[in-house]
Amino acid sequence: MTAVTPAPRSKPGRPLRRTASGKIRRPHTFGEWCLLVLAIVLAVIVVFPLVMLLLNAFKSPQDYATSGPLDFPRSFYTDGLVNFWVGKNFPRALWNSIFISGMVAVLGVVVAVLNAFAIGIGRVRGRTWITLLFLMANLLPQEMLVYPLFTMFDKAHLLSNPWSVILTFTVIQGAFGTYLLASLYGTFPKEILEAAAIDGASRWRTLRKVVVPVSRPTLSVLMVFFFIWTWNEFLLPLSFLNQPDSLTVPLVLEQLSGERQTDVTTLISATLLSVIPTIVFFLIFQRTLTRGITAGAVK
Amino acid sequence: MSARTVRTRPPEDLPLIPSGGKKPLAYWLYFIPGILLTLGIVVYPVVYNVWLSFHSWRGGFTIPEFVGLENWGQLMGDSSFWMSFRNIIFMIIAMVIIPTLVGLVLAAILFDVIGRRFSGRLASFLRATFYLPQVIPIAVAGVLFGWVLYPDKTGVLNQFLTWVTGSEVAINWVGGEGRTALFSVMLLMVWVQIGYPVVIFMAALQRVDPELYEAAELDGAGWFRRFHAITRPMIRPEVFVVALTTTIAALKVFGPVFILTQGGPNKATYVPSYYAYIQFFGNGTNKGYAAAIATAVTIVVAVVAVLFLRAQRRAEQKEA
Repeated sequence: MTAVTPAPRSKPGRPLRRTASGKIRRPHTFGEWCLLVLAIVLAVIVVFPLVMLLLNAFKSPQDYATSGPLDFPRSFYTDGLVNFWVGKNFPRALWNSIFISGMVAVLGVVVAVLNAFAIGIGRVRGRTWITLLFLMANLLPQEMLVYPLFTMFDKAHLLSNPWSVILTFTVIQGAFGTYLLASLYGTFPKEILEAAAIDGASRWRTLRKVVVPVSRPTLSVLMVFFFIWTWNEFLLPLSFLNQPDSLTVPLVLEQLSGERQTDVTTLISATLLSVIPTIVFFLIFQRTLTRGITAGAVK
Repeated sequence: MSARTVRTRPPEDLPLIPSGGKKPLAYWLYFIPGILLTLGIVVYPVVYNVWLSFHSWRGGFTIPEFVGLENWGQLMGDSSFWMSFRNIIFMIIAMVIIPTLVGLVLAAILFDVIGRRFSGRLASFLRATFYLPQVIPIAVAGVLFGWVLYPDKTGVLNQFLTWVTGSEVAINWVGGEGRTALFSVMLLMVWVQIGYPVVIFMAALQRVDPELYEAAELDGAGWFRRFHAITRPMIRPEVFVVALTTTIAALKVFGPVFILTQGGPNKATYVPSYYAYIQFFGNGTNKGYAAAIATAVTIVVAVVAVLFLRAQRRAEQKEA
């Protein structure tokens, strides 16, 4: 956690270069240009499939058949998009994904905060083992969970009900949150907590009015992550959600691609449509995301 | 007074909030939702599967029959099972080894060369580009690659290779002979994973004091020498974290195989999760056998996690 931010060491009156440490000013060497080109070429390779998607999503089947995937489109054809939007009820899938992921984001953080409060601040006995027990949910391969939960939700009439997925991922994501928050709360400033206790605040009140507000930045990072992770899940939603009305975005796309009569242009448009929500989150939360994975990496 | 409970606990075990006469036991109340949910969603399935792995059960209304170690014995001699584990090694190459090595070099180039010598903005833009596939749902990425790797000459990659080489290329990527199908899955996983180490390693590099580099540069150390002598040792903790998390992810791979290849051709791309899934949900298959597969994978994951954490602790002690 000891991030050394390089402070701009500017000497007064001397213009600074925009780069962070900007000290040594010399012409770029040939090797540096080579590395720059290498990084850009690799980045182009990474976006290549997505660019291809955009290039082909609006081609008509005839256009695609004659010109192939690498050519520029000669038509502006939206039937593929409409086929998927209406035929697979994409808005419904979008709502299912938003509802499930949003619920998991909130409930997962609530469970994680409660657990972490008892572990990090309450320092209950055997907390290492309890943390491990919780973390198990996150480490277990999902094929270990899928069948027993499938039969359990079947008996409870929760199959094809969003709550089957919400409950499951509240535990799985909450486990990671517990692990992360427990270590954060373990180093919570003691003075603040003592001050709250002197003011006569109960533990519950201290948690709500002191601990949660102070750790809010971390909690919001966790929420963003829980939301995206749950959005991207596949194996368990695939097994629990079967009715057409209950499917999430990845599931409707998977279903479409598995149908024999699906033509390529519809599939391309559908894939583009399914990528768009995640690209939007990515643009909104890019900073949170890069900050977050870093926080997870430092124990 | 709670003196008796307090005296038996060393200070680092005391609650951070002064107890003021209240019992520390009350903290257990906060576990109620978490523990209840974990019991239902995690502990019950684990116990159930372990139990089921000693039974033969065709599902539905039939009654599970105790068969002892029969499923486990069958598992040891099952070539599909060993094939699925062998393929994990290829997943580790695609998800751990290649991304970590390439990510290390890329992070160093982005941070050290592009960020410091060209433009910090370009460096963060490129970092975001490499990270982008990480936020795309794996199922969507799978469908996308199914199209890019379309088998005949109309496939995107085949067309591209045709354009580059000038002669017609029609590789049967996903359904092909030998290792091409496995290679297709690996290609997808490299694409998905490459951004994760880049972001983590770049953040790690920010911890390194820039003066260290400048001193080394003044001493005439070239870029590669600086990378080897300063960067690599400084970011070792992050390398551990990346290797652990991606290795466990590699043991769990399911979506790409399910969507791209359905385990085919001829089981060439079987992975344990896929094998367990089709055993669990297949018609009339032995669910007990599927439970044995899932339990075996769980044991491997646990062993890998423990080995990693132990190695990490040992490395930390050596440094201290």
